[in-house]
Amino acid sequence: MAFKEIDLNMGPQHPSTHGVLRLKLAVDNEVVLRVEPVVGYLHRGMEKLWENLTYTQVVPLTDRLDYIASLSNNLGYVLAVEKLAGIEVPRRARYIRVVLAELQRLASHLAWLGFMANDIGAMSVLLYGFEARETILDVFEEYCGARLTIHGIRIGGVPHDLDGALVARIRKVLDGIPARLADIRALLDENRIWKGRTVGVGTITASAAIEYGLTGPPLRASGVRWDLRKDLPYSSYDEFDFEVPLGRNGDVYDRYLIRLEEICQSIRIVRQALDGLPEGETSVKVPRVLKVAPSEVFHTIEAPKGVLGFYIKSNGTDKPERVKMKSPSFINLQSLEHMCKGNLFSDVVGILGSLDIVLGEIDK
Amino acid sequence: MTPFVAEVLIPVGKVVAVILYPMVMVVVMIWLERRVVALMQGRLGPNRVGFQGLLQPVADAVKLFFKENIMQRQADTFLFNVSPVLVMFSSLLAFCFVPLGEPIMLGSYNLTLWIAESPVGLLIILGLSSISVFGVIFGGWASNSKYPLMGALRSVVQVLSYEIPIGLTVLTVVFVARSMDLVEIVRRQEASGVWYGFLMPVSFVVFWISGIAETNRAPFDLPEAESELVAGYHTEYSGMKFAFFYMAEYAHMVLVSSLVVILFFGGWLPPFPSVKALSFLHAAPGFVWYLVKIMFFLYLYVWIRATFPRYRFDSLIRLVWKWFVPLSLLNFLAVALGRFLL
Repeated sequence: MAFKEIDLNMGPQHPSTHGVLRLKLAVDNEVVLRVEPVVGYLHRGMEKLWENLTYTQVVPLTDRLDYIASLSNNLGYVLAVEKLAGIEVPRRARYIRVVLAELQRLASHLAWLGFMANDIGAMSVLLYGFEARETILDVFEEYCGARLTIHGIRIGGVPHDLDGALVARIRKVLDGIPARLADIRALLDENRIWKGRTVGVGTITASAAIEYGLTGPPLRASGVRWDLRKDLPYSSYDEFDFEVPLGRNGDVYDRYLIRLEEICQSIRIVRQALDGLPEGETSVKVPRVLKVAPSEVFHTIEAPKGVLGFYIKSNGTDKPERVKMKSPSFINLQSLEHMCKGNLFSDVVGILGSLDIVLGEIDK
Repeated sequence: MTPFVAEVLIPVGKVVAVILYPMVMVVVMIWLERRVVALMQGRLGPNRVGFQGLLQPVADAVKLFFKENIMQRQADTFLFNVSPVLVMFSSLLAFCFVPLGEPIMLGSYNLTLWIAESPVGLLIILGLSSISVFGVIFGGWASNSKYPLMGALRSVVQVLSYEIPIGLTVLTVVFVARSMDLVEIVRRQEASGVWYGFLMPVSFVVFWISGIAETNRAPFDLPEAESELVAGYHTEYSGMKFAFFYMAEYAHMVLVSSLVVILFFGGWLPPFPSVKALSFLHAAPGFVWYLVKIMFFLYLYVWIRATFPRYRFDSLIRLVWKWFVPLSLLNFLAVALGRFLL
């Protein structure tokens, strides 16, 4: 049937736009001609808000950016402030931060796995992924009482110590994840339908990925070796032995495999950090009212979704003059049209899922 | 038996039964699906209303019954209202031709467990299940909205494509049984001592997979893929009209399972008729065996849904035209040759 080009409005209340993203699609029957993401439905004016809060008050608000991986936002912001104020964090605190950040990466990737599989119709994987994520959230709950918006990192260190019981529990959780992952991989890895939906879909070449500024797993799936934990190490990441998994084709299937492999690498990092947990303090004394001399700083970390950066400008008071956030989801979302063009309408949800976006971070 | 009972009460009772039976199966099926999928996914599923949540579908139905019927202003009023009825009607009517078991002798009265035995029963059922496609098309078109329209378009292409392998595989059964009468087909299987599913495994597999596609179920649930088309052709429906689509889908599943059981697995016949040691299996009435068999296939439906991702539209069509149509043609040729030579 010949069909004229029609405009299709996907979202902001569509079940698979991961929140309140709106996509303006132009489709010819089922073939996608154009995709225009419309963002801002979750805008809360975060960056402006931060200008009116003290440096320490900002930290819990960063939880609300990428709420699937809230602790990574804490870490990104706190590291930037510490760099700005010249605060040296004890080694034990750095190790605990690595443990927590990698657990958060596990939780984020497991949640992503569930969402992504559900978008492609494998509804059981959603529950399996969330079940595995739940065990990690329980660890967070035991560590600091919160599960989703954790606020688990403070300026100058971490709020709580990792005691023996918690370390044992984390080890137990880590031991349980590979088995759950094996179940999921048995369902999906060689599944003809899954491969038909993902292999060769939403392809982006390495050079195009760099031009679009892609970061994180989507970039590495295109074969570009860029992981800040290796390339610009922060928080003692250079003391751990792990690999950066790389893809070749830059399609949805590679992004899927990359994240699964990253889960294994994160487990490796957490185990090393727990084994080598140094003795000492978990935080340094930071003045209650932290005043920072006029200066500016930009610090980036490797968040689960890509490179997360905070630019902070101080003016000598206890409040930042300006905070600007470089959010990975926002930048990764730009490449959506490039990946979707010419593909089928059904692939849009798969490709969008494979980018792993969180609207809290895009809209800020 | 008085003529009044034989000519009025029993026919009326049967008509009531043929409406109630699919409805009861739908209720059981909705419960089974939610519960089984939940347990497969490590959840509990509905377990509050009634024993083990058995009354949950009833509660849902009551809720839907009292819900407001919303129809947007641009909708085509007539088609919008008629399509859920059409879908439901064609599903229910087909059950008139489905034999549930051996006739029961009540004194001198022969109580048949079907409403109509027609020499072309199979053809009528296939025709009726094609009519339900019209309901989907009308519903999607009359909604005057883009997602339902795309869902309806997908549905048309999908069902039209999958009717071909269904027709070709049904034809092999007709060839071997030399009848289109469903009761006769079961009797022939009894006489020949082998169920056609074992005689013609290719026919069975193609028919079963095409049947899943015909009922728009996972992994072929593209017309109502919730992650893409929200709810497909019934996105704009609410209240009882939505419930009609929903129930018709489940009734259609029961119908396809019944057809598989009747065409390929001996309908109401108990298994292993020739094994003496297992003759106690004959103690159960045929209706029970029929139920056990269709429950197995309904369970398969649920199991498949919980396991597989969704096909993409192009691979779905490729699957039918590149694999199923040639395969069922070859199978048809082989069966015809076999029938001719043996």
